[in-house]
Amino acid sequence: MTKERFLNTGLPLLAVLIGLGLWEAVVRINDIPPVLLPSPSLIVLTLIKDWHTLYGSLLVTLSITLEALVAATVGGTLLALAFAQWRVLERAFFPFAVILQVTPVVSIAPLLLVYLNSGAAVLVCAFLVGFFPILSNTALGLASVDHNLLDLFQLYRATRGRQLWLLRIPSALPYFLGGLRIGGGLALIGAIVAEIAAGSAGRGAGLAFRIVESGYRLNIPRMFAALVLISVAGIFIFIMLSALSYALLHRWHDSARTRET
Amino acid sequence: MSVNSESGLTGAAGVSPSVPEALVRLEGVCKSFKNGTTALTGVNLDVRNGEFLSLLGPSGCGKSTILRLLAGLTSVSAGAIRWKDARHELGFVFQEPTLMPWSNVFDNVWLPLRLAGASRAAAREKIEEILAKVGLSGFAKAYPRELSGGMKMRVSIARALVTRPSVLLMDEPFAALDEITRTKLNDDLVTLKCELDATVVFVTHSVYESVYLSDRIVVMAPRPGRVVAEIEVPAPLPRAEDFRLGPIYAEICRKTSRALHRAMDSKGSAIS
Repeated sequence: MTKERFLNTGLPLLAVLIGLGLWEAVVRINDIPPVLLPSPSLIVLTLIKDWHTLYGSLLVTLSITLEALVAATVGGTLLALAFAQWRVLERAFFPFAVILQVTPVVSIAPLLLVYLNSGAAVLVCAFLVGFFPILSNTALGLASVDHNLLDLFQLYRATRGRQLWLLRIPSALPYFLGGLRIGGGLALIGAIVAEIAAGSAGRGAGLAFRIVESGYRLNIPRMFAALVLISVAGIFIFIMLSALSYALLHRWHDSARTRET
Repeated sequence: MSVNSESGLTGAAGVSPSVPEALVRLEGVCKSFKNGTTALTGVNLDVRNGEFLSLLGPSGCGKSTILRLLAGLTSVSAGAIRWKDARHELGFVFQEPTLMPWSNVFDNVWLPLRLAGASRAAAREKIEEILAKVGLSGFAKAYPRELSGGMKMRVSIARALVTRPSVLLMDEPFAALDEITRTKLNDDLVTLKCELDATVVFVTHSVYESVYLSDRIVVMAPRPGRVVAEIEVPAPLPRAEDFRLGPIYAEICRKTSRALHRAMDSKGSAIS
């Protein structure tokens, strides 16, 4: 293994293993009861033992998050495009955008539960949280076009449609993908928070419900196991969106460029 | 060479009716912006068919504004711009290469033809021809970030020329380049201009560049922007290799420098 590869993959992995080892050692040496702090090995065992239940919940949480993210992407992008075409619309919508953005969506989760059944409320909550970063980033990107290029399009008498398709959308792509990555992480948070607020088992109990339930039953190892899976879900979403970003940008955008040293 | 070339053309004296072959004529053009600044006042100027015309002056003299007016990117506040032909193809080169970073060289050069409705296949021959002319054969698939500053500028020039414009407008295109690259691009630009038989309006703040490149230099003064002198360079384009060493070059450089200094000392700019 070369020095560079070690620094890139070996070192972080080693750091994680050392951390887990220390955790395990602290728990064993001090004989800490699992109800206070379970050891990593116990968490892994719980993960295996309760796999069936937890895996089902993981799928529920992931599918809610992804559905919300798709809806947020479609909605945010379309609205940003509408803003770019009709500035009046942007002005008119601005106060609503500010109010919705500065109000922590968590705090409207109980309200959503009044109007909607718990499944729909969780979905809407995750959608709302993921929606704004995508909307505002894409709108910013569509407005951040090189002015000289705009002049060039005007010089060649490009229609608004072609200007949008050939110039504004490609210019906005890095911004949009940045918003998508933020939105992806936030959609997961929204899904989790809304489910905690809903607190119902229902037909599809997600990971957040497993955490609440384990708390009531003082089944702390299982709570940790559910937490691990939430992290895994977050990492999964992050990696997928990063890969998408790399695929679309690596040919031309500086953010995806490996610097020559 | 035309007859009225040595006149100062300042003030509202009007344009003599005997001007030959003006491709486009600016008549008493004024331009002021919403914030109250007057970019241009009373500009009378002919761009003659086939000439290489430089607009030279300190910053704030409105030379870029003239280009934007010619390109139709902004409109006059007073006066008129009259083109000889109703249809005129334009090319524009900015100070920055202004390429689309997400498109490769081929697609960047394709843009003007694409906006005119030409498919990639239909445009291919023209694009490859112009890329060869600017010395970028073999770089069609490269992305802008993979190119040097000089090469990016070559792509920008190729894009401007791919439509075979009758007028090429250039706004300090080589200002950000190093001396060596700039000299090379100057030579290549003159060669291209002669080959394609285009009219060039070239904005610069370099006396030496303007003298080396131009048939005619228009010196401008700032605050408010106006034309203060016109200087003919009596040597045909393209210039011989030793032109920069010869007496004409030295003489015109001196004359142009003097005109530029007068322009900068003139009313209104003394405070700066």
